[in-house]
Amino acid sequence: MSELRFTEDHEWLRTEADGSVTVGITAFAQNALGDVVYVQLPELQRYEQGAEASTVESVKAASGVYMPLTGEVVAVNQQLEGNPELVNEDPLGEGWFFRFIPADADAVAALLDQDAYDRLIKANADA
Amino acid sequence: MSETLLKTPLHGLHLELGARMVPFAGYDMPVQYPLGVLKEHLHTREQAGLFDVSHMGQILLTGSAAAQALETLVPVDIVDLPVGMQRYAMFTAPNGGILDDLMVANLGNEQLFLVVNAACKEQDLAHLREHLGSRCEIQPLFEQRALLALQGPAAVKVLERLAPEVAGMTFMQFRAVRLLDQDCYVSRSGYTGEDGYEISVPAAGAEALARRLLAEPEVQAIGLGARDSLRLEAGLCLYGHDMDTSTTPIEASLLWAISKVRRADGARAGGFPGAEVVFAQQQQGVARKRVGLLPQERTPVREGAEIVDEAGTVIGSVCSGGFGPTLGAPLAMGYVDSQYSALDTALYALVRGKRVALKVSKMPFVAQRYYRG
Repeated sequence: MSELRFTEDHEWLRTEADGSVTVGITAFAQNALGDVVYVQLPELQRYEQGAEASTVESVKAASGVYMPLTGEVVAVNQQLEGNPELVNEDPLGEGWFFRFIPADADAVAALLDQDAYDRLIKANADA
Repeated sequence: MSETLLKTPLHGLHLELGARMVPFAGYDMPVQYPLGVLKEHLHTREQAGLFDVSHMGQILLTGSAAAQALETLVPVDIVDLPVGMQRYAMFTAPNGGILDDLMVANLGNEQLFLVVNAACKEQDLAHLREHLGSRCEIQPLFEQRALLALQGPAAVKVLERLAPEVAGMTFMQFRAVRLLDQDCYVSRSGYTGEDGYEISVPAAGAEALARRLLAEPEVQAIGLGARDSLRLEAGLCLYGHDMDTSTTPIEASLLWAISKVRRADGARAGGFPGAEVVFAQQQQGVARKRVGLLPQERTPVREGAEIVDEAGTVIGSVCSGGFGPTLGAPLAMGYVDSQYSALDTALYALVRGKRVALKVSKMPFVAQRYYRG
């Protein structure tokens, strides 16, 4: 398993052995959202970076999950349709959202690493 | 944070309990505790939940003419409200719109005890002073008293440990009760659809009472998030969302709250602001009304979503919506053109540009379980 990368929108990315990239939301994000009751998963298609590929609905509100990099979505986590609470229970594992093939494979490594993301969280907490 | 938020007497306790605080009606209030909205909601329906609703406005009216005077502002029978009973009411405007909704209790001794919404309380107080100021004494208790709600099937066995007499009360009864040596007012009512109590307690004694109740094994602190999903499942209106100055009691499907004696054919017909408008709507019908809506898929449909018919014509909008943990499904209320208000009418909400099928549904969505004796 390769190391995780992160976005400022609190998504995590992990490059798999086959070159696809798995996306989910971070523990910080699921905690901020509260209990997740519904996830609208992306279509299997190409999305531009920043496009709202997916929507996560908590008991409180709807929040967009944005395409971290331009690419083609090739798989979605269908478990979330019946068990959206997996996003809360196991955000970095069973609660993954989708996998995509990035248009530029090298762009993943340029995203935030764990240290940078942890600093972002700390800055948010201190703000 | 730029604005200065008010704090209830339980503010420190909320922080100690690990609550997530949010601004609400000018107060820094707990939206949820570490348990989370979903489990807080379910716990209230299964056991008992304690809510801090001290931000709401408590107002005392005193005087021999207080009941008659208050009837000039609400379409509700106050004159014949028995001592020891509470009734739901609303302040109406000259156009028939709703200025606020409230609870009115008769304390006896020519005293009425009002509970109004937090966001409206200053405006309500001014309204009362303007119209009733010469006819009764009006005393806001905003700083003096806190308000707790203990809700859920276990509420009775919890509260009777402190005051056995509360067990004999029935829904909407109201009485003075000593709790932990504090002079409290207790009503058997609430905003969750469950059996339970609302407790007005002197501000200085509120924290001790809250701690005592939270120490009972059945009781969990519950935030505003679950309060909202509980009241929505119970089909209860939230002022400013499901009704406001642009909706009349008839449009808001609140005809039941207009006392028979105050209706067009009643012994004390009218005499409240907007009576002509309300009576005309009651006779001739309204162009739009509030209905229950059940999304036919898992997508929650939220406040503000447009409602369309089969042809795509906009025929209404959602006023409250979310996910009902007890229902196990999304649920909503909305205003629709009256021709679409019949039960089981098929409609659609527009959510992120997509149609979500809706069905007009009866309310409450989850059966109310009030204790009527």
